[in-house]
Amino acid sequence: MTTTTDLATADPTVHAQRDLLRLATAGSVDDGKSTLIGRLLYDTKSVLADQLSAVERATAARGGSEAGAVDLALLTDGLRAEREQGITIDVAYRYFSTARRAFVLADTPGHVQYTRNMVTGASTAELAIVLVDARKGVLEQTRRHATITALLGVPHVVLAVNKMDLVDFDEATFRAIADEFARYAGAIGLTDVRAVPLSALAGDNVVDRSDRTPWYDGPTLLEHLESVPVGRDAHAEAFRFPVQVVIRPRTADHPDYRGYAGRIASGAVRVGDDVTVLPSGKTSTVVGIDTFDGPLDEAHAPQSVTVRLADDVDVARGDVLVPTGETVTDGADLEGTVCWLAERRSVLGARVLVRVGTRTVRALLREVNARLDIDTQTVEVWDGIDTQYTVDATDTSSDTAPRALTLNAIGRVRLRLAEPVVLDDYATHRSTGGFLVVDPADGTTLAAGMIGPTLLDRLTPTPPPSAADDDWLAGAGI
Amino acid sequence: MTTEATAPPTAAATAEQSPQRPAQRLTQLDALESEAIHVMREVAGEFERPVLLFSGGKDSIVMLHLARKAFWPAPVPFAVMHVDTGHNFPEVIEYRDATVERFGLRLVVASVQDAIDDGRVVERPDGSRNPLQTVPLLDGITAHRFDAVFGGGRRDEEKARAKERMFSLRDEFGQWDPRRQRPELWDLYNGRHKPGEHVRVFPLSNWTELDVWRYIEREHIELPSIYYAHDREVFLRDGMWLAPGEWGGPRAGETLETRTVRYRTVGDMSCTGAVESTASTVADVIEEVAVSRLTERGATRADDRASEAAMEDRKREGYF
Repeated sequence: MTTTTDLATADPTVHAQRDLLRLATAGSVDDGKSTLIGRLLYDTKSVLADQLSAVERATAARGGSEAGAVDLALLTDGLRAEREQGITIDVAYRYFSTARRAFVLADTPGHVQYTRNMVTGASTAELAIVLVDARKGVLEQTRRHATITALLGVPHVVLAVNKMDLVDFDEATFRAIADEFARYAGAIGLTDVRAVPLSALAGDNVVDRSDRTPWYDGPTLLEHLESVPVGRDAHAEAFRFPVQVVIRPRTADHPDYRGYAGRIASGAVRVGDDVTVLPSGKTSTVVGIDTFDGPLDEAHAPQSVTVRLADDVDVARGDVLVPTGETVTDGADLEGTVCWLAERRSVLGARVLVRVGTRTVRALLREVNARLDIDTQTVEVWDGIDTQYTVDATDTSSDTAPRALTLNAIGRVRLRLAEPVVLDDYATHRSTGGFLVVDPADGTTLAAGMIGPTLLDRLTPTPPPSAADDDWLAGAGI
Repeated sequence: MTTEATAPPTAAATAEQSPQRPAQRLTQLDALESEAIHVMREVAGEFERPVLLFSGGKDSIVMLHLARKAFWPAPVPFAVMHVDTGHNFPEVIEYRDATVERFGLRLVVASVQDAIDDGRVVERPDGSRNPLQTVPLLDGITAHRFDAVFGGGRRDEEKARAKERMFSLRDEFGQWDPRRQRPELWDLYNGRHKPGEHVRVFPLSNWTELDVWRYIEREHIELPSIYYAHDREVFLRDGMWLAPGEWGGPRAGETLETRTVRYRTVGDMSCTGAVESTASTVADVIEEVAVSRLTERGATRADDRASEAAMEDRKREGYF
């Protein structure tokens, strides 16, 4: 057995090459998710002696498991309320690493009432682990996790077929589950799916290769996590630079310095590139890319830099630098798919704030024109028209307010913005196509959204009836 | 920041490709650095009166270094605040004052001793002042009307911290309510808050202890000398080596002896333990941390051992 550990990376030259993979897991305790994460942490030597002894004490205090074995699930145990209820409520972040890669794992609960937490964890993940119990196969919950993964545009998916020890490591059982999932995943647009047969409890194929699955010649879960390609081809992506702050030192050393600080959201930029400031449309040329460590000739996502321009154009926080010549969609009519995150339901006509990139603008919720039933993967289309401008915040029942989105609902909305913003389609611009809907009164994040009118439809294996689709198009064409 | 391509190119590589063409992925440390700088700039863009908590500990020193990078060539655009337990390592106070002087920072001190003198807090029977920092911290935030407070907390430190957000909303009593946390998606941090509320911001959320040390090495960041091996008179209590002082020891039955030690965290001197170590350079420390079998809090913080939910309870009350 070989175990890769962080110990191997005390050599700084090895560590200097190491990159970072952000991943998310969705599942419930029943699927063995906590045990799987505990196993990853334990077998990569990411659990230290005092953490382990705390878990040993806790295992014993709760009646214990057999013969001094540690309950690995307790390694991911969180808050008191969660321990008391035996559930995971919130997203927890875990860290482990190998010689080749460091991992940030967003551990999210799997039940439908925690959809918003899954959405949160998936938003920054480059890989999602969808967990199934080999005895149960692909369930409604599995499809829901896959749907959220597809909705948030997570590029890589691992189907972890867990508890293989309870089906005698039967190849046919594994193949049937993997095939069923692959068909479903393909239908909703997930392209990179890898199925791994494993037992989190016993450790088979998690970190160490199992000798009980001789019929499986693929990688172990950790081997796959270490080798899946991360990062993006910056030269194939459009350059986007949301300005965070204007740097104007006005010091004796830098009396006239004026630079625009931000993190490159996508693509790359070189000194000499012609850029356009949106939404003003003013154009200029990049004359400097500055960092504390010295100037760069070229920078790419996700570097944090400060850009200087040739002309004294008006640039402020919230503006976006894009390549001059590229057709970039901007406007004040935002259509997108949202996940509703707040306890209070959506209200048509509500005055809200919309946050896109570094820009926050006032907005009006004009329409909620479709809702996704996440368990049946069907879209219910509502003909959203402006006559639905009824503000009735007192009606909190979702039954009598059918055009409202309630906590964890996924639906399609149209927002009228007070000022234009860059409207990159999330499906092709994952790092700039996301937005938040915020309540201006108390700052509550009401919803998280993805720009683009068609996203929801792609998640339905069977397209909605064409008549309803036409109705919606008519409604949307105002 | 460095990308792979900014490493000294070999002759063959220089001949074949432009040395300016960067690699298209960042190394782990570059990714963490860029994320932290992004978070700090978001705070500068969204808040009126941010402050950076600066204890002279390694995490706050790394935060300050990142702040200097984020706004260069402009100076750091916010004040630093030290919550002073009064049980200080002299080396750390020297470091704090030298740093403030060197970078022209505005230092605000929130004093536990003052709070005890005023009767706002009461000294604990065990003499530890780490848990007493919450009151002067909150009073300092209120008095200076700080609306964003940078802390060096990391999610790998402890299980309650594992659920902490980058932007963590606190009510007017400074309380953290894990059930009321805002979902945090992509890199869109929502810092809006009502008057009287403030936001704690943790730019090092995704760093581990080893990442912090590797970054200190890479960036040649100077630390207070107590982080490196030195001879010190210490006594053993509850399996930890503590330094003597007017406030807490040694008691009867505890004997002073000289050991070669270093500190993994900086806190109230009366309850922050030293570890026996010969690590006298950053590289030595990295090697030691990489093979360590104890977390830094488990090894050296008596107050964090108190109960399974010690940190969760203190965070709810408004602790760092």
